[in-house]
Amino acid sequence: MSVTFHLPSVLAAHVGDTRTIKADGATVGVAIDHLVSRFPQLAPRLRDAHGAPYPFVTFYLNDEDVRLVGGFDAMVSDGDEVTIVPAVAGG
Amino acid sequence: MALPVLTRGPVGSTSLAAPSGHALLPLPLACVACGNSVGAAPQAICPNCLGPLEPVYDANRRLPSRDEIAIRPRSLWRYREWLPFAGAPVHAIDVGWTPLLESPPLAARLGVARLWLKLDAHSFPSLSFKDRVVATAINAAEAFGLDVIGCASTGNLANAVAAAAARAGKPAWIFVPYDLELGKLVATTVFSPRLVRVKGNYDDVNRLCAQVADRFGWGIVNVNLRAYYGEGSKTMAFEIVEQLGWRLPTAIVTPMAGGSLVTKLRKGFTEARAAGLVEGALPRQYGAQANGCAPIVRLAARGDDVLVPEVPHTIARSLAIGNPADGLFASRILRASGGAGQGVSDAELVAAIRLLAESTGVFAETAGGVTLAATIKLAEAGQLRPDDELVICITGNGLKSVEAVASTVLDAPLINPRITEVVALVASTTA
Repeated sequence: MSVTFHLPSVLAAHVGDTRTIKADGATVGVAIDHLVSRFPQLAPRLRDAHGAPYPFVTFYLNDEDVRLVGGFDAMVSDGDEVTIVPAVAGG
Repeated sequence: MALPVLTRGPVGSTSLAAPSGHALLPLPLACVACGNSVGAAPQAICPNCLGPLEPVYDANRRLPSRDEIAIRPRSLWRYREWLPFAGAPVHAIDVGWTPLLESPPLAARLGVARLWLKLDAHSFPSLSFKDRVVATAINAAEAFGLDVIGCASTGNLANAVAAAAARAGKPAWIFVPYDLELGKLVATTVFSPRLVRVKGNYDDVNRLCAQVADRFGWGIVNVNLRAYYGEGSKTMAFEIVEQLGWRLPTAIVTPMAGGSLVTKLRKGFTEARAAGLVEGALPRQYGAQANGCAPIVRLAARGDDVLVPEVPHTIARSLAIGNPADGLFASRILRASGGAGQGVSDAELVAAIRLLAESTGVFAETAGGVTLAATIKLAEAGQLRPDDELVICITGNGLKSVEAVASTVLDAPLINPRITEVVALVASTTA
């Protein structure tokens, strides 16, 4: 499955200022594995030492917070979009 | 040309005074999670680990005494040494110093020694505690040369940003869930910002605004100005201890949406004590949420470090944040302080709005109802103590969410303008 990652600017700076990157995988986690294999500098910025997402970074699969649809084990389909959003204060 | 500065006198009057100090300079930032240092910037995210950034204060800066603070204008800037700038603010200089109202009837009802309401519901200019955070954020925007400001909001922040932008003469882009209460929408649009209603809940709006800030480089107060924005909340803690006669309360109850107020109150109390302004134990902190959106309450109850996001279903719209950014930090503080989280039903929050109004004369929005209802449940559960000196934070005004108690209008009889009908009404009322 090919999914498109949308990166915030603080991450885009680590991949040549590209905000949109494609990666392959059957789940969000596997697609992230593929992404960081191409851009190892992203690895510690997307997951903690245990491979889990940081509490202050949210991954959205299309419009859903991945934590509500299985976390990094959430299955993806061709053309899905994963948006990475750092935490935002309340309002 | 130097701008005139509005100040409030000792009795709350407003007067013109000459500007003091130098141009505003935001403090540098550092990552809370990994310690990485970042300069002063309209940036809230650590480039190393994406953790939240916070201002770094000069530990050797001179701090004012109680007496020095006492003679300053009654605004949140009287605590300026604890706000993230060097120099004098140019916007929102008359914000803060809201009433602290003691309520013996509520103290008796809850079985505590004394009880006060911190009334940010009466905050100038927009009737919620969000005026505090916008006061610091809009000055940061000015210092960074950001002409356009904005926010993602559940309503109160929209009101505060719209009002502050109007006063500062800045254009504002404000994003809210499409189905907010009418009062909060109108209390935004009246200031003529660009209000955008988004088909989704607050978390959807939040995600969008993170991308907006990235794309357009605007000063989105709770996104890229968040590090400066959040510090404004600390001033509520400083005001409380000063208004108590430079004493700490033993316990405090706050509503929780993103969770930031819990963390910033702790920081404010801690800083006030470290500066020698107060002494003694820091208060136990309790956080209130509606059961229909209580991710922080449930996280604190579990006691682990994994926040489980929720899809909000509550009339407490200003607290309807299913993915609270500071939820983990707030949960840790509740537990470490000896406090807890407490959830309430929508029916309980409505009853509490009415109880607050009938017993104290204060009309709170739904978040205030949540906070008082949670306090009642905490008292019933034995969490409060007979010798407690308790502060309940009422953070928003009831005129913004009249829908919650609109049915009370049905209690008002409709009559013809005849004295006989009044006589009959009085007779039936006293019968």
